[in-house]
Amino acid sequence: MKARQKRFVFILLALGAVAVASVLVVQALRSNITYFYSPSQVVAGEAPADQPFRIGGMVVRDSLQRDPNSVRVRFLVTDNAQQFEVVYDGILPDLFSEGQGAVARGRLENGVFVAEEVLAKHDESYMPPEVADAMKPGEYQAP
Amino acid sequence: MIPELGHFALILALCLALVQATFPLIGSLNRTPSWVALARPLAWGQFAFLALSFAALVQAFLGDDFSVLYVAQHGNTQLPLMYKISAVWGAHEGSLLLWALILAGWMVAVATFSRNLPREMVARVLSVMGMVSIGFLSFMLFTSNPFDRVFPAPLEGGELNPLLQDPGLAIHPPMLYMGYVGMSVAFSFAIAALIGGKMDAAWARWSRPWTLVAWVFLTIGITLGSWWAYYELGWGGWWFWDPVENASFMPWLAGTALVHSLAVTEKRGAFKRWTVLLALLAFSLSLLGTFLVRSGVLTSVHAFATDPARGLFILMFLCLVIGGSLSLYAWRAPSISRGGGFELVSRESLLLGNNLLLVLITALVLLGTLAPLLYDALGWGKISVGFPWFNTMFVLFSPLMILLMGAGPLTRWKHHNPSDLLRAVRLSFVVSIAAGVVAALPLLTGSISAGIAVALSVWLLSTLLTGLRQRLQRRSGVRGLLADWKGQGGRAYYGMWLAHLGIATFIIGVTFVTQFDIEKDVRMAPGDEIQLNQYLFRFDGAAQHMGPNYRAQRGTVKVFRDEREVAVLHPEKRVYQVQTKPMTEAGIDAGFLRDIYVSLGEPLGGGAWSVRLYYKPFVRWIWLGGALIALGGLLAASDPRYRMRLRARVGAQAAGKGFGAESTA
Repeated sequence: MKARQKRFVFILLALGAVAVASVLVVQALRSNITYFYSPSQVVAGEAPADQPFRIGGMVVRDSLQRDPNSVRVRFLVTDNAQQFEVVYDGILPDLFSEGQGAVARGRLENGVFVAEEVLAKHDESYMPPEVADAMKPGEYQAP
Repeated sequence: MIPELGHFALILALCLALVQATFPLIGSLNRTPSWVALARPLAWGQFAFLALSFAALVQAFLGDDFSVLYVAQHGNTQLPLMYKISAVWGAHEGSLLLWALILAGWMVAVATFSRNLPREMVARVLSVMGMVSIGFLSFMLFTSNPFDRVFPAPLEGGELNPLLQDPGLAIHPPMLYMGYVGMSVAFSFAIAALIGGKMDAAWARWSRPWTLVAWVFLTIGITLGSWWAYYELGWGGWWFWDPVENASFMPWLAGTALVHSLAVTEKRGAFKRWTVLLALLAFSLSLLGTFLVRSGVLTSVHAFATDPARGLFILMFLCLVIGGSLSLYAWRAPSISRGGGFELVSRESLLLGNNLLLVLITALVLLGTLAPLLYDALGWGKISVGFPWFNTMFVLFSPLMILLMGAGPLTRWKHHNPSDLLRAVRLSFVVSIAAGVVAALPLLTGSISAGIAVALSVWLLSTLLTGLRQRLQRRSGVRGLLADWKGQGGRAYYGMWLAHLGIATFIIGVTFVTQFDIEKDVRMAPGDEIQLNQYLFRFDGAAQHMGPNYRAQRGTVKVFRDEREVAVLHPEKRVYQVQTKPMTEAGIDAGFLRDIYVSLGEPLGGGAWSVRLYYKPFVRWIWLGGALIALGGLLAASDPRYRMRLRARVGAQAAGKGFGAESTA
């Protein structure tokens, strides 16, 4: 083979490798992203039943219940239109409190959302952007 | 009055930057020595005014001058002295001022330590840095002035975010910024060389120590940040693939590639265009990082809408820097000569392989960081990219990189006989596979990941030892070591050695802590005992405790092993007086082989608390690795060959061919 042909084959191979790699990367990315749904969307059945997703909204006041013998907690999140129950086994983040925004990652099990993680950003005046967007307009009041 | 002086100094610094960005550059092109000579004094002038401006802001914080809006938002009379100072860079406006000050600091460093560089070159480098400075100073003055006043002045300030009230985080941002901004030196050297139209080994040799030092600062900054997240956030995590972390990690990856590619350019004159491109990339990513973190665009695309002026300015500045430098590159790159050739098995091609992998990983991290923005902007829904994705990508590509990393230093430049190379690494290969298999045995760990990690680390270690043995043989034993230390290239070699050892340490730390850490969230009443691994934790209740500007519930947890008390830990739940959010302060018993980590959750009534208990094996090795990498970089940057012989070489070269196409130096 001449040098030019050699280079051509090399470039072709490199392009092929890049193409395969990108397909794999994008595929992996797609299987690792979690979508956000508001309580209204979940109640309406739009959220996937068998896949993890994130739910978020305001934590309804006086909805937080603790199991007396473990660290299990239950609370309701609302977007001012619908509310949905979240169950979590673990320690809630420092910034979690009733009447404030929260996001939980987990999946649906028997009609409740079982969270693997409850998220809180460390920011002065934090309102999760998804939650801010999901709140029904006109009804949301800053805590 | 003093804040106005600070503001005024800022404006003067901008004026000087405008002059610096134009006159020395033009002077270097049309050979006006008096204009070229302006570069150094202008750099000093900018530094002086920015230092004055910074001092004014520090003074406003120390004097609790709440008529300054920024101080009113982030200062407080009750803050301890140290945090009054660190509050200066605790938020957007002040951290930009720190950025600008550090940039001026680097300019002064370039002006001072480049006496033996051609004057035109220095003038061009400083001019390019002046352009960057214009961008930042005008951004500050037009959209985020730290000296804005507020009327009427509040009686008390809003206080620095309690999370940032920590010695680790007081020095983390300055370190990171030293790194970010330091990349501007490599960038400016590259641009200056593109303008000059000539790029040779001397250029790489000048650029190398600067790049190394900047990269070391970045390493320290990232390591400190990780350490801080570990003990301060109360989650026991050391890396979250958070966009803010990725923003600092991407320039580090590109910088790592640059440091290695510069080595090739210096030694062999090859990869010139690639090196220039990496220098542009590293600094562009530094800028992107600064702005991603500071603009708030990451929390939401809509943050742009709340302050369109800032967002627009940032976008324009980024486009200008990246677009401008790439156009210059496209225009000038064809004139860059090709370097020496090399064969498939040579140090050049191994370094090229490593470079490609590093850039690939950088691109993947960028993709993962920006994907949520992209999805949101295109209306595909609100997503988050989970850290499993990042981890998978890393686990996929790093073993290949480690393989190359081990073989690279044992390979000669230009050409290495493949069978010689195989003979040199044969033993290392066998030993590392054996070590990996042993480590993966059910009796020891029973984990394949741990086995792979051990194999990779041992591979790195043993190839490093092979390299050291070869070197000592060539230099007649240990006595040669001393000569090595003083001579040229010695410290660069040992620097590489330490940094690669740091990687080996890091791999062990990361893998073992992710594979074998044990976490338990439990409810504990006073007197309760919980067994975790070989450790018994006893909770002795929590009591009120007063700090300087917070009050805390301070728990007492005693840890026993084999009936013997190992540690008494005091995790705290703090409430700061101004920002009344609760904050967790973990109790940690640090050790070389394991950490024991306890943090308090919430009070559950009757003296009981939810408590998070951790056993974290080898977690310290992660930061030990980071420290070794930084130390190695520092050692390499201190190599005498960057200083002593420079003058002679430059003199010889200037006499021989002259540096720039138009330069007459």
